[in-house]
Amino acid sequence: MAEAAAAVTATGIVALLTSGALVLSALLTLFVGYRVIRGPTTPDRVVALDTVATNIVAIAVLYAVLTGQGFFVDVSLVLAIIGFLTTIAVARYVTDGDIIE
Amino acid sequence: MTGLSTLVPLAAETSAPTMGPVRTTLVVTFTLVGAVFLTVGTVGLLRLPAVYNRLHATTKATTLGSASVALAGVARFGPGGEGLTAFVTVVFLFLTAPTGAHMISRAAQRMGVPFREGVEWPVPSEGDRESDADSDD
Repeated sequence: MAEAAAAVTATGIVALLTSGALVLSALLTLFVGYRVIRGPTTPDRVVALDTVATNIVAIAVLYAVLTGQGFFVDVSLVLAIIGFLTTIAVARYVTDGDIIE
Repeated sequence: MTGLSTLVPLAAETSAPTMGPVRTTLVVTFTLVGAVFLTVGTVGLLRLPAVYNRLHATTKATTLGSASVALAGVARFGPGGEGLTAFVTVVFLFLTAPTGAHMISRAAQRMGVPFREGVEWPVPSEGDRESDADSDD
């Protein structure tokens, strides 16, 4: 085992489960792309893109848990902030016509 | 892992503690719950009929899924440092996901996106409670 001060990779059942959850989340994000492309209305696409952002937050945290490299948690937090701002901006754009009046 | 540590110099500085049985159990539980909720949210997004129903599925299920996965990150990295960042992510997701869903649904309603057929706004002051109970989703 790597007992050094570097990042400690997860082993055993945690590594197995986290890898499986990573593959599952990637496939789910791919399936959400169907709703992004085929969504009948614009809010459908906004909802689907918000779901993509939320899935990528989960993917970043799962990668941090798998490899033990903690700065991917910061990546997930910043992606959550960006996803929320994008959702608010698009929702304001489709209703008011402009974002900052 | 050493490949990324040499590629990204920051990767070698942050470290995670080794995990005991309690911490391993917590990580496994939260990851499983998160994966289940993410799957349910995505299936609901793909299968439900209208945009409001899809919002119902994604904002509850996917937010709970991502927050549960972030709680697995809290259990992995401990109470301080990166675990605190993961906990801030949980709090942020719980605060912003209902707000964003409310903004999207209000935008859809102002754009005139119709409800699913047979669904209307409830009229509580009128006397037709029975017909509203039939068309409730």
